[in-house]
Amino acid sequence: MKIPNYLQRFFEETGDISRFAARFFKEGFKPRYEFGELVRQAFFIGYKSLPLVGITAFIMGLVLTIQSRPTLVEFGAESWLPRMVSVSLVREIAPMITALIAAGKIGSSIGAELGSMKVTEQIDAMEVSGTNPFKFLVVTRILAATLMLPILSLWSNAIALYGAYLGANIKGIVSWSLYWSQVFQAISYSDFIPSLIKTFFFGFAIGVIGCYKGYNSQKGTEGVGNSANSAVVVSSLTIFLIDLIAVQITDLLGLT
Amino acid sequence: MENAVVREAVLVIRDLCKSFGTNHVLNHFNLELYKGENLVVLGKSGSGKSVLIKCIIGLMKPEVGSITIFGEDVLALEHEDLDRLRMKIGFLFQSNALYDSMTVRENLVFPLRRHWLKKDMSRVKTDELVLEALHNVGLEHTVDMMPIELSGGMRKRIALARTLILKPEIILYDEPTTGLDPITGKEIIQLMIDIQKKYQTSSVIISHDLLCVSMAADRVVMLIDGVCYATGTYADLRKSIDPKVKLFFD
Ligand SMILES: Nc1ncnc2c1ncn2[C@@H]1O[C@H](COP(=O)(O)OP(=O)(O)OP(=O)(O)O)[C@@H](O)[C@H]1O
Ligand SMILES: [Mg+2]
Repeated sequence: MKIPNYLQRFFEETGDISRFAARFFKEGFKPRYEFGELVRQAFFIGYKSLPLVGITAFIMGLVLTIQSRPTLVEFGAESWLPRMVSVSLVREIAPMITALIAAGKIGSSIGAELGSMKVTEQIDAMEVSGTNPFKFLVVTRILAATLMLPILSLWSNAIALYGAYLGANIKGIVSWSLYWSQVFQAISYSDFIPSLIKTFFFGFAIGVIGCYKGYNSQKGTEGVGNSANSAVVVSSLTIFLIDLIAVQITDLLGLT
Repeated sequence: MENAVVREAVLVIRDLCKSFGTNHVLNHFNLELYKGENLVVLGKSGSGKSVLIKCIIGLMKPEVGSITIFGEDVLALEHEDLDRLRMKIGFLFQSNALYDSMTVRENLVFPLRRHWLKKDMSRVKTDELVLEALHNVGLEHTVDMMPIELSGGMRKRIALARTLILKPEIILYDEPTTGLDPITGKEIIQLMIDIQKKYQTSSVIISHDLLCVSMAADRVVMLIDGVCYATGTYADLRKSIDPKVKLFFD
């Protein structure tokens, strides 16, 4: 039986990415550690994404609240608005939005940066000057993305909930303290912890795929563009896949 | 000839074969580089010159053959040992390969990182080395500029400074003058010759620029069809009647 070409390519690439991730675990935890570069990357990936993530999270919180109100009003359950909105934000929407924004912003910039370093032989130059480019470029970026995504996600949770507070106050009136007490009543650890854990995986996926695409960039400027582009596409898809798997696992563990 | 007998070979290549699919780029290539010599490898575009020196530095793995540098078999070396050997070798990339997200200073300091990591080099010493390297290429004032702000010739010289900062014993130049105007090209070549005199290095210079060959070469090796087709001094080869060799000098 002959496997169609695109399927074969898909499996090959999945294998290559897994091998790349395995190399991260193999090389990443042996000295020498590149702390300086890790901090620099964490700054770029984390701090520099705060505004973008913040704005999208704020709008999502606001809009979701405004959109949900009519349905709840119909059932006479308007007072449930903060509870309902906060649970969907914390469990799903905030981490997901953060991850997708990060895939677009961080994934593409990693893919393009490493890709252009590859095609202009800067990675080879590091290699011959005695710095392991995998450690210096790849390990630091993957680690930084893995560590920063949960923090970005926490940040976006907070902002989205604030957006939802404003949204709830556009037509109705909910006091600041009442709003937060309802939110914290609604959200339990079993909502919050699994959604935080999955953001580590989101970050890891973004880092690994961005680095893989860049590091294996084909010659030429077109190759660099392709790396950046497919880094975003593949990592966004992977994020959805991880989300799907995560929801199954939390379900199995009875955390719903 | 008596001279060559007493000179020690620092780099010996035997039977090197490298192909990409059906494209046999190097086909049982042989070469030796003697201490203190400027050896030019001449060959037309696409003949495999870059492939050859990438094999020497260990960036590409040949299928067959051996490469021996200072008596060590490059192809058998593992990471740490290869790094140690590479400290003694400078490599000038055809494309310069300057790190474009770093300033000139950071570019020059990068090869020194392995010393820092062992903590045997102070900040002051590093600064001294950076300034000395920039002084050698006459570009002290660019120390805080980004590579993007420099002209092509300046970039080449910064790349040269970065190659030389660790005072390598062997330097591999991949087309140091291509893409430069004849005057800048001449300056670069003069720089290479001066540096060779100053630090007593041995170098392999890849080129198809006759000016470069005539000025810098102690000996010329012609890479044609994947083999070392002819070797001799520039004057010898100029006089050659072999049609394939003549093609280069007409
Ligand atoms: N990574 C690679 N993959 C496939 N083929 C390659 C690769 N690198 C080089 N080649 C092939 O090897 C041959 C020699 O290339 P090389 O870059 O060594 O040429 P060159 O002699 O340096 O030419 P130039 O003077 O233009 O720099 C070319 O035919 C090229 O197509
Ligand atoms: Mg070349």
